[in-house]
Amino acid sequence: MKRRSAPLVTEQSQAITFTRRSLVFGALQGGVGVLLAGRMGYIAIAENERSQVLAEENRIQMRLIPPRRGWIVDRNGQPMAQNRSTFRVDLLKERIEDVDYTLAQLTHLLGLQAADVERIRTELERATGSQPVAVAENLTYDQYAAVTLRQPELPGVSPLRAFSRHYPAGSTVGHLIGYVGTPNREEYLAANRDPLMITPGFKIGKEGLEKTMEGRLRGTPGAARIEVTARGRLVRELETLPDRAGQPLQTTIDAGLQEYAGRRLGEESGACIVMDCRNGNVLCMASMPAYDPNVFTDGISQLEWSFLAEDERRPLLNKALNGLYPPGSTFKPSIAMALLQAGIDPEERVSCGGGYNLGNRFFRCLGRHGPVNMHTAIARSCNTYFYAMGRRAGIDVLSDVCKRMGFGQKFASLPVVSQSYGTMPDDEWKRARFERNRRTVERPDWTESDTLNTSIGQGFVIVNPMQLAISAARIASGRMIQPRLLPVRGPEPGPLPWAQEHFEAVRSGMWEVVNGAGTAGRSRLPFPDIHMAGKTGTAQVRRITASQRGQAGTPWKYRDHGLFIFFAPTENPIYAGAVVIEHGMGGSRAAAPVAKDVLTYLFDRDMAMEALAPLEEQWGGTLAERTARRAEAWAAAHRSGRTPPQAT
Amino acid sequence: MALPLVPRAIAAQPWPALLSAAFLAAFGFVTLYSAAGGSLLPWAFPHAARFGVFLGLALAISYVRPSWFREIVPYAYVGVMVLLVVVLAVGVVGGGARSWLDFGPIRLQPSELMKPILVIALAAFYSAMPPRHIQTFGAIWPAGLMIGIPVVVILLQPDLGTSLLLTFSGITTMFLAGLPLKWFIGGGVAVGGAVPAIFPFLMPHQQERILILLDPSQDPLGAGYHITQSTIAIGSGGITGQGYLNGTQSHLNFLPEQHTDFIFSAMAEEWGLLGGIAVLVGLGVLLRWGTRVAMDAKDRYEMLAAGGLTSIIFFYAAINLMMVMGLAPVVGIPLPLLSYGGSAMMTVMICLGLLMGIDRRTRRDRERRRGL
Repeated sequence: MKRRSAPLVTEQSQAITFTRRSLVFGALQGGVGVLLAGRMGYIAIAENERSQVLAEENRIQMRLIPPRRGWIVDRNGQPMAQNRSTFRVDLLKERIEDVDYTLAQLTHLLGLQAADVERIRTELERATGSQPVAVAENLTYDQYAAVTLRQPELPGVSPLRAFSRHYPAGSTVGHLIGYVGTPNREEYLAANRDPLMITPGFKIGKEGLEKTMEGRLRGTPGAARIEVTARGRLVRELETLPDRAGQPLQTTIDAGLQEYAGRRLGEESGACIVMDCRNGNVLCMASMPAYDPNVFTDGISQLEWSFLAEDERRPLLNKALNGLYPPGSTFKPSIAMALLQAGIDPEERVSCGGGYNLGNRFFRCLGRHGPVNMHTAIARSCNTYFYAMGRRAGIDVLSDVCKRMGFGQKFASLPVVSQSYGTMPDDEWKRARFERNRRTVERPDWTESDTLNTSIGQGFVIVNPMQLAISAARIASGRMIQPRLLPVRGPEPGPLPWAQEHFEAVRSGMWEVVNGAGTAGRSRLPFPDIHMAGKTGTAQVRRITASQRGQAGTPWKYRDHGLFIFFAPTENPIYAGAVVIEHGMGGSRAAAPVAKDVLTYLFDRDMAMEALAPLEEQWGGTLAERTARRAEAWAAAHRSGRTPPQAT
Repeated sequence: MALPLVPRAIAAQPWPALLSAAFLAAFGFVTLYSAAGGSLLPWAFPHAARFGVFLGLALAISYVRPSWFREIVPYAYVGVMVLLVVVLAVGVVGGGARSWLDFGPIRLQPSELMKPILVIALAAFYSAMPPRHIQTFGAIWPAGLMIGIPVVVILLQPDLGTSLLLTFSGITTMFLAGLPLKWFIGGGVAVGGAVPAIFPFLMPHQQERILILLDPSQDPLGAGYHITQSTIAIGSGGITGQGYLNGTQSHLNFLPEQHTDFIFSAMAEEWGLLGGIAVLVGLGVLLRWGTRVAMDAKDRYEMLAAGGLTSIIFFYAAINLMMVMGLAPVVGIPLPLLSYGGSAMMTVMICLGLLMGIDRRTRRDRERRRGL
């Protein structure tokens, strides 16, 4: 072939070129064939094992089965928090193809409200990774079945059988037991991104015992190996490791009493604590009004939340532990114990002429009691006696003894989320508190008038109802009682280092309060052979001149608090406790009758229920009915844009 | 000649072509049956029925005198070009490209028809050209326009796969026509140099596909998903496969497009390397027969047409298989005769019919000569 000059192309040479180039092209085809065969051999042989692992990873998923939560039961095994089998629907963000269509279908199937759809949308936007978004819980079987039927055309929708927490006693156990809820992002991160935390249907304790006893109640999750399609649809379960339910938690609470106390508090805002004063077992710790934990467990709407948050009776506050009040005269038995420790003879009389002069200041008593000894001073709540004797004993003794009675203390024995321990003032405390902040008080050092105010439970003293109950239990038993919510076998509480006859002197004064010529004579127990001892208290909410005390006529939130501490039976005390009625205007008027009925319940259930029935009728129905009505009225006002009505 | 053992009409059929095509279509049928979870519907039965219809069409075409196509090709070319423009205006969008014309029960992709027509047109062009003109520029620019115009229009749909296939088979026909090698070498160097320059002008998803090819693992759930899942399916099949009807990746839909572009992977998951070799051998037999037909043809038009038509089938298979094995970007080209879908099967069977017609004429000439 000549290369230099252009070769002459003929039909002949073209045919040869064609054959030659066809062979080249054929060789190219063969080469590609060999390349493909080699590549396939490499994938099929060298990458076989790795591919099989990846194929299994594609196909098989581990699905966690949330453990059933342990029940919370009362002292007799009666359930206070249990699990109910329910149906729920969740959304898996990654797998949804058309959010609008999916939500429209779910709205149709489940009857979702506009607010629900709004919440789901926001949560879908915020959801990270594979975290499911709850659409609805506590569905009926029919709703569940309807969604399951449509599931193939609604990728990302996940209907599940689950368990939901149920609290039979509703809001009366709200603050005590708390509630459970879906873990939030912080909780998920705090748990080191434990996948259980984002498993649909899994809930953790958010408040109360549900939160503090979480480790014991939670249980161990089960797991299922499941085969899924690329869209995540379950094909079949390959194997299942069942969950282990959390252990039941027994408490010291008497469920019946707890519910009774909650109902008996009625329309009032307050707390009622009853404990076994021999060992500190808390029988009831009611705080009303309260949120319904059943509602919280399902997830609460913005409207429901603001209904609770804006209520001036503070249903979100556990008043038994976090409500702080001046103790008023319920402080006097503890002060009396302090006076005895200071060496004051209980028979020594102080003449009450309606008040006490300290320099040029006059400290008022509510009556003119004439000459009173300690017994009468407790029974008739004479301020003059305590002004005079408290001044003589001095703040150091008063403060020391009252602290031992439990005031200003936190109880480490209680498995609770928080306690507000209040203030048991003394010289040192006042200095630390006001040294740098003089404007709020006249003098940063302790003065005699501070001692006088402290002696009648006013001034700087603030306490919570649990501390009041503990002081009653310690007086009743003479022992260093610690409150307990969980039954633990331990050494008996040791005795307080004070003489028996000192306790007897205070107890007899408290007996007189209820059963003699005292301030709570109307709250005698309805049994001839069982006597309750107690002490009423009426605490000022703000400094007003004594003649202008906060009684009816003043706005609710400026009225005096009513308080009462008690123990029974007097001779051989078993029960002790405290009742605080916020702005109840007086201890004998508001608090003591509650204590009377609650103790009656412990001795004769039927009689107590009979006493409750007319009261509930007068308030306008059972607790549940009244709560529902109030929420409806509030929601209606909210819709129309008016200020929500406040109970007066 | 001795008395034939089989009747002439049967002996005269191009058996290698028919048998290998039937084998590939049958293997496609079997795989589609499995991919549907062991069901004739929605894919396996229509696939078989189509193959029957198009086989009849191919046989009918094979009895038409090849030169007749040469005579009508100018009209066919212009007609399909008109359809291609019409489709841009009023076509139906399917698979992200505006490439379909909807005629009620029949949906047609004009770009598919263009493949055999382009090759026939080029073959007609070069066979009509005096031999000495083949080295002039006049041998290139008309062919370049004939390829370029439909390629540009199809790129606008946008259908990169079909454009590539048209370009490749057109250039192959030019190569076989005997154009000077320097044009091809020069062109190859130019394209090689142009790729980095063109790259920034490609659509984002096309850029992504090319980058993914370099490292599929960088985005296993995004654009690399197809390649990753495809190699997982092929790899998990191993040498002998998971067993028929036992392929999990295709049944659970982890393998995308398992009935169309990625049917080879679905097949390989169940039949393993052995099944893959069987498909390669089947395609090899078909292509070898096509090349044979081209080389045996006596007429220049028939030689070029046969070579170009064979190259269409080859590029279909080669691009698809390289794609599913992660050697080429994902461009959306089905595997001929195995993949579900009427358009590609129709194109391949038309090519096959034309090849059989050329083969039939060559053999008749040979026999006539022998008879003389």
